Order: sequence, then C-alpha cells, then structure tokens
Amino acid sequence: MRTTRWQRWSGLLFIAPWLITFLWFTLGPFVASIFLSFTNYRFIGLPEWVGADNYVRLFTDDAKFIRSIINTLYYTAVHVPGIMVMAFFVAILLNQKVKGQPIYRTAFYLPSVTAGVATAYLWILLLQPNGLVNQFLGLVGIDGPNWLTSSTWAMPALILMSFWGLGTTMIIYLAALQGIPQHLYEAASVDGAGVIRKMWHVTVPMMTPAIFLTAVLQIIGSWQVFTQALIVTNGGPRDSTLFILLHLYRTGFEYFQMGYASAIAWVLFVIILVFTVLQFGIARRWVYYEGASER
Amino acid sequence: MRHSVAGRAHTTGTSAATGLGATLGGSLESPQTALSGKPITVRSTSVRVLRALTRTLTYLVLLGGSVMFAIPFVYMVRWSFMTTGQVYDPDLFWPFPMAWENYTYVWANHPVPWWLLNSSVVTFIGVVVGTFSSCVVAYGFARLDFPGNRVLFIVLLSTMMLPLHVTIIPIVIIFRELNWLDTLWPLIVPGLGGGAFSIFVLRQFFMTIPIELDEAARTDGASRIGILFRVILPLSKPAIATVAALSFIANWNEFFLPLIVLNSPERITLPVGLRYFAAGQYTEQLHTFQMAVAMIAVMPIIVVFFFAQRQFVRGITLTGIKG
Repeated sequence: MRTTRWQRWSGLLFIAPWLITFLWFTLGPFVASIFLSFTNYRFIGLPEWVGADNYVRLFTDDAKFIRSIINTLYYTAVHVPGIMVMAFFVAILLNQKVKGQPIYRTAFYLPSVTAGVATAYLWILLLQPNGLVNQFLGLVGIDGPNWLTSSTWAMPALILMSFWGLGTTMIIYLAALQGIPQHLYEAASVDGAGVIRKMWHVTVPMMTPAIFLTAVLQIIGSWQVFTQALIVTNGGPRDSTLFILLHLYRTGFEYFQMGYASAIAWVLFVIILVFTVLQFGIARRWVYYEGASER
Repeated sequence: MRHSVAGRAHTTGTSAATGLGATLGGSLESPQTALSGKPITVRSTSVRVLRALTRTLTYLVLLGGSVMFAIPFVYMVRWSFMTTGQVYDPDLFWPFPMAWENYTYVWANHPVPWWLLNSSVVTFIGVVVGTFSSCVVAYGFARLDFPGNRVLFIVLLSTMMLPLHVTIIPIVIIFRELNWLDTLWPLIVPGLGGGAFSIFVLRQFFMTIPIELDEAARTDGASRIGILFRVILPLSKPAIATVAALSFIANWNEFFLPLIVLNSPERITLPVGLRYFAAGQYTEQLHTFQMAVAMIAVMPIIVVFFFAQRQFVRGITLTGIKG
C-alpha cells in the first residue's frame, strides 16, 4: 500500500466536517468562556476585566448558587442509586424467559425516549394534590402531599418523576446481562452455587462495566438537570428545586450577567470533570473487565 | 436461553421453566439427585411450587410495573380529548364524545403548524446531514492514516464529556454576531459536521469490518471515497440506522438551545412552543390544549420508536459497552 504525502494529509479532509464545527462551536467557545468568566459582560458593550471577582462572589456572596449545588447533590444522592437499583431489578426480570418480553421492555423503555417538555407538563398534572400519584398512594393508605407547592416535597417529586426514565439504564443492563457467557453459570452450578451466590459472584461482577458506565452517565446527567426544574417547579418553591443549570440560565439569559454566568458554567464543568475523573480512578478497584486480568 | 441454560442442565425434563425458576430449581435439585436418585418426585413437587411462585411473582412485577409506566401516557391521551369541565370531573375516566376539537382548535388558533414545521426542518436536516457527515468522519478516523488521527480522536471522545451548557454563553454571542438569533440556523449548523457520539459509534463499527474488503476494492481500482460508499456503508446499515434513530430523538427533544436562541411565536420549535400554554400568553383552557400539543410533540417519537425499536436496543451493544 503506497501512500503519497498528499494522500496522507488529505485524510484530514474526511474529518474536516467535524473538525470545523468542533473548532467553531466547541473549542472556540470553550476558550472564550474562560476569558468571559473573568469579566463583567452584560451582552451589550465590551467585557470589562474584573479578575477573579466572579468566582469570589460565587462562593462568598451567592446563597442561590450554594443552594443550587446542595440541591443537585441531594438529587444525585437519591436519583442515581435509586434509578440504578430499580433499572437493575427490572433488567433481571426482563432477562428471564418471560412471555411478552418485548411488550414489557417497551413499556419500561418508552418513557425515557419521550422525556422532555411534553412529559414534564404531563407530570405537573399527575402530581396535583388530587392527581394520579396521590390517588395511587391513597390506594395503599398514604395521604400524599401537595408535591409541587411544598418546599419539602418538590424535590422528591422531581426524583420520583426521574425514575420514570429508568429505561436507558435498564436497556444497558439488559444488553450486559445478555452478554454474560452461559458457561460461567454452568460452572457456578457445578460448584453448587444457588441463585443468590450466582447473582453475587457471576452476574454482578460481569455487570460491573455496565454499572460503572451508567453511574458515570447518571451523575453527569444529574448535574445537567434543567427541563424538569424549569417546567415542573421553576426552581421553587423557595429555591428548593433550583438546580445549578437553572441558576446559570437565569443569570445569563434573564439577568444577562454573562460574565458571571460563565463563571457558573466553569464551576459546573470542573465539578463534572472531578466527579468523572474520580469515578474512573475508583473504577480500577471494582470494575471487572473480562480479559484485562489475564494480561 | 439466558440464565435458563445453566439451570436447565440440572432440571429434569421441565423445559418450560423460566430462567429464575430454572436456576432456582437446578441448585436445589442437582446435589441430591446426584447423591441419591430416589426422592425426586417429592422434591420436584416442592421445586415446582417454588418455581411457579417465582414465575408468578416475576409476571406480577413486570405486568404491574408496565402498567404503572404506561398509565401516564394513557392520561395524556385522555386529557387531550377532554373539555375543560370534564378535566375536573373525578367520576369520568374516558370522555364521550371525545373532544377532537382540542386538536383542531390549537392547530387553527395557535402557531402549532409552524412549531411542527420548525421542529421537522431542524430534525430532518440534523438526522440526514448529521448522520451522513458522521459516516464520512468516522471513516476517516477508522481507516485513514493522517497526521494527528489518534490525538484528534481522543479530543472527539473528550467533547462527549463537555456539556453544551458550559460553552453556551460564547455560543450565543457567536450566533448574535452572525445575526442568527431567532432563526433556525443555531439549531442546524453546529450539527452539520456530525455528532461526537454518532462518529464514535460508527467508527467502532467500521473498525469491525475486515480491512481485506477495502484492499480488494482498492485492487479493483476503487478510490477511498468509492470504498466508503461501496464497501463500508452498505455493510454498516444497522449501525447507521441506530445512529439516525438516536439522532432523531436528540434533535426532536432539544430544548435548552432553542429556548435561548428562539423568540418569535412562529419561529420556535414544539418543545419551546409547549411553554406558551403554561406561561399565560393564551388564557383559554390550558390543560386540555396543552396535552393536545404534547401529544403532537410526542407522537412522532413513539412512531419512530416502534419502527426502529431494534435499532435502539442494538445501539447499546454497538457502542461496545455490554458486559
């Protein structure tokens, strides 16, 4: 195979479509947002350099920002483990040889595909004091709260709603389950392992890459909660569902404090980066990659 | 034939056993039968009961869960066909006659046709051009040895971790300088070069195609573009379908960017338009109209989902993230 110099360089032409949009809409804005975060910029006029003032203000003089971080941590702490456990459970059941499996799979998966503004409005109605959720709770004798007007219950309401979208996680687990080689279960049976031990010593270890992946995706996703918070609760009541992205949106596009909003964006980016890097660091200790140990 | 194979190797005869039941049965049964083949009949009754129990429980949970997950959709349809008075009637489950006029009303009296058109234009271009570009770029990454290939691919992977939100402010400033605010361009142009995730998935798929096929085509005189179109793409139809389906959902549901860059009532997309029924711009009955528009927004996704269900599920395995 003989390649001339021109042929080598011309390979770049194939990736040019992505490269151009990357430089234009990703790398450029990325660099610009660092600069903007050190300025005072109100969308008109010129940015005015203010040094680290924006960052100082964020951590010392912005109760809403601190609140949004705490809210997001609260959401993450319940949403991520909750959705993973439930999705795992549903995936295990779906992976049995059940009749009508495609129907159940569709029912569980579809809500995660349709998630958006339309279903957010739907949930406002479902979460009304006499709405479907409380009617359901009434069946088991629980007197449901007025979810959306209570600063205690608004966040649990959003988390409850988020569980409706467990489909993406579930389908990843289902694919992982179907990829576990049968001979492992056969070997475990020969060794006299029961259901529980097979689950714990075969299924869970073989699933760790999928569990890891969904944990990373869900945590990143938690820091990007926006639509539900804006539509269903609009950050309230009393900032109880003010997420960091909603704070960024209001600061940048309602108050037009774009330098300050850029600082929020950068803190958000660093948080996501730290969480992701941390998870990859811890992953070496618990994620099992088939074949990796044999090296 | 998943878990059940392991179990079935040890169960005697009952091939109809479900997975969990079979593994359960197998583990209970096998040690004893191996030791003394005698009390099989007694034990297999208890095993059968246990198996039937787990099986029933599995079905109950799956059925109950499915119903719970589907009911919100039923309510959406139901509300979209109700009149205002019916919404607040606790004894009425399904409205007769159904108020089709909700749909005709929002269609005629609100810019819903515009919203649908805008969403369709953005999604159509995004899916067709975006997927095509992704194929070309993925081919470059998978097959061509240009300077910086590996480094740029790592850059591409890292962009998947960088949310749009971090760069949104400079991006909006760029759109303002281009005079693109309140037009569809901001929703179209950034996606024209292909999406990072699509490129990644396609590149991984192209890598699994034997390079010998490329070489055979090259000896037949095919150029690199010829190889892409006549060898790689025809063999990659499932992967392309998956990428296109996922791209459809992403484009159709996009909310953050259009919310910020679009403004005029007849220039917004469907997700942004839905807000008009809550924000008080229109004072008529809200819930039923809102749900009618919500139905218009959700139906295309459901239709695409049912036609491309296999693609969605396969997308997971294609990315190579299975266990």
